[in-house]
Amino acid sequence: MDVAKIDAILKKYNGNPDFLIEILQDVQEEWRYLPVDLMRHLADELGVPLARVSHIATFYKAFSLEPRGVHEVQVCMGTACHVKGASRVLDAMSRELGIGEGQTTADKQYTLEAVRCVGACGVAPVVVIDDEYHGDLMPDASAKLISRHMKEGAR
Amino acid sequence: MTQINFTNLGSAAAAEKKRLAGYKAMLMVCTGTGCVSAKAFSLLDTLKEEVSKHDLDKDFLVVGTGCNGFCGQGPILVVQPQGVFYQRLKKTDMTRIVEEHLIGGKPVEDLMHRELSSNEPIHKMDDIPFFSKQKLIALRNKGLVDPENIDSYFARDGYAALKEALEKGSSKGVLAEVKTSALRGRGGGGFPAGVKWASCIAAVDKTGKEPVVVCNADEGDPGAFMDRSIIETDPHTVLEGMCLGAYAIGAKEGFIYIRKEYPLAVTRLEKAISQARDRGLLGDGIMGSDFSFDIIVHRGAGAFVCGESTALMASMEGRAGEPSPKYIHNVESGYKDRPTVLNNVETWANIPVIVEKGGKWFAAIGTGDVSKDPWGGSSGTKVFSLVGNINNTGLVEVPMGITMREIIFDVGGGIPDDREFKAVQTGGPSGGCLPASLLDEPVDFDTLTKAGSMMGSGGMIVMDDHTCMVDVAKYFMEFLKTESCGKCNPCREGTVTLYGILDRITRGEGVKGDIDDLERISRVMEAGSLCQLGATACNPVLSTLRYFREEYDAHINEKRCPGKVCKDLITFTINDECNGCMVCAKRCPTNAISGEKKAKHTIDQNECIKCGICNDVCKYDAVNVE
Repeated sequence: MDVAKIDAILKKYNGNPDFLIEILQDVQEEWRYLPVDLMRHLADELGVPLARVSHIATFYKAFSLEPRGVHEVQVCMGTACHVKGASRVLDAMSRELGIGEGQTTADKQYTLEAVRCVGACGVAPVVVIDDEYHGDLMPDASAKLISRHMKEGAR
Repeated sequence: MTQINFTNLGSAAAAEKKRLAGYKAMLMVCTGTGCVSAKAFSLLDTLKEEVSKHDLDKDFLVVGTGCNGFCGQGPILVVQPQGVFYQRLKKTDMTRIVEEHLIGGKPVEDLMHRELSSNEPIHKMDDIPFFSKQKLIALRNKGLVDPENIDSYFARDGYAALKEALEKGSSKGVLAEVKTSALRGRGGGGFPAGVKWASCIAAVDKTGKEPVVVCNADEGDPGAFMDRSIIETDPHTVLEGMCLGAYAIGAKEGFIYIRKEYPLAVTRLEKAISQARDRGLLGDGIMGSDFSFDIIVHRGAGAFVCGESTALMASMEGRAGEPSPKYIHNVESGYKDRPTVLNNVETWANIPVIVEKGGKWFAAIGTGDVSKDPWGGSSGTKVFSLVGNINNTGLVEVPMGITMREIIFDVGGGIPDDREFKAVQTGGPSGGCLPASLLDEPVDFDTLTKAGSMMGSGGMIVMDDHTCMVDVAKYFMEFLKTESCGKCNPCREGTVTLYGILDRITRGEGVKGDIDDLERISRVMEAGSLCQLGATACNPVLSTLRYFREEYDAHINEKRCPGKVCKDLITFTINDECNGCMVCAKRCPTNAISGEKKAKHTIDQNECIKCGICNDVCKYDAVNVE
């Protein structure tokens, strides 16, 4: 556990437990998951029960108790995307990555997620890879996109 | 940084207007999320390079703006003030625009939008049907300001409404205008903002507690993105609206609760707040008056239920977003038990215009008579996200009372690929699907509710005849069962049970009595759920049953999916149109397609996983889905 890093995050929010969700988001971003010992440390430092920290950690979708992959592949499942075939896009991504929704590849490189509307409905169906948006992405194109991403990553 | 006060706001605006008038034209590149997905940022860089390369920096200003609204045509560039609209741009087009239009003086016709029927290029943005029927209030600055530059907002007379209100020193005057406007909450509920604010003031008088104002930017409804767009485009209008609200109710503290799924909006919002603070428009003694107010941003972490007011406030206090019973309203006891006014982004964005132009002006737009009672109609405009199976996708702002037909066919340009309109879904997961027979109904709060749907935050998802309405109901129930917080029984168990039944029906395992069960469980959820998420969760089921019952019957009785969507009820075959181009065989993920080159192919039904890719890639209409 890197105490200096956690202290920096706590300091950013003045150790205010009102910002517990934001603090956990920063931890999630840094560690790619919420380690249990770290959640315990935060509970002590902020003076809140561990139960509240774990309630938040399991309530909101942004958090994971297992390490997520280096790259996050998010398939938007909003209504506009659904009407334009998002579930078929998710299937194509899943086939290409060889993992199911919510899973991480064995080499810890990719996590595949079905996410709620990302608000780019005008260019549905949408896939977001590491915060980069890709619009008008039909199943075939999405398979090509991720296979290219995997090859480039390997290089 | 010059601090803005009553005397110098006008000159700051004039100085910026003068600076901009010094240019022959401004090149407004849309950098909303839709266009960014089509590489708008790299386009912006290329354009800047091209302009510099030709030594035109003195004559032309390149600006990255927020969402233009016509997302389906991105990336977009508008040359202002002439209003020449270019669409679907590539990097190489930048050279042409600079050389042919800016230097040569001849706009590039083949990069313009084209009339659907005649295919003629349309030179001016305002002449494009998508834009011509719109009336902009909340989106008035879209494509015209640089969201990351507060001076740009001054040049559009930004913060003038706040200045006038503070100068007059009448918080009651602000409240009176908002009351007269009869503005109803744009987040879904449609509660009159003026009534809410007045109740909050009464609660402050009663309890003596410090009130707060909150902006709900948690926009969770799938298919709606107007709040994101307003923040990405014109963040200061939201801040100014909140300042006016805070002044009216006497709040010193404000909060914006925004989804973390909107990273660009969060960045622009934080930048805007910091610029407003630097210029003395947030903080102590705003514009030199005795009014002090500041705003803190809270980022949500992915939970649809947090759009519900009590859940949102729990989340703002650093807790799980579970709703509480509303025995006491938020205006009396909301955030940390203080009197709280909560409005969404679009509602706040309307406030500066209402204060500036007057409540009467706003109330004159829209439906019904709101002069005595804000519930008597729907005043003003509404922003809709027009998406799904529609030609012109994007954000539109239209007067309340316009018909759905006008929105979908005039503004939206109708259904692509010669398909037929089947339904339009409004109101997000709490809303419903409306059929073609209701297309001529006016769009306002009360008409949509009466039809079994609701306004919601303004998502309008158009569905063509290749949509399965049972699948749509199942889709929403899948969403809602996952998003149900689990606190109360009717919602937690009801959504799961409804999903189970719908799932069986779409797999061809529906039985007699399923529809009765769907209806019965829906009624229990409606009556017994703790919050509105649960109470309205059955709307997608009830509305599809009300208008598309025959599709349920086809699934249950004939094991047939009329929309040709439900995998277990369809098969893919290749017809005689096939010329053996082999594209489908190459792209089939399970190698289920075989056949010689230039000869008709066949699909092995045992291998076919019904992914539909063959149908997507076939250029000859040779794939049958039955």
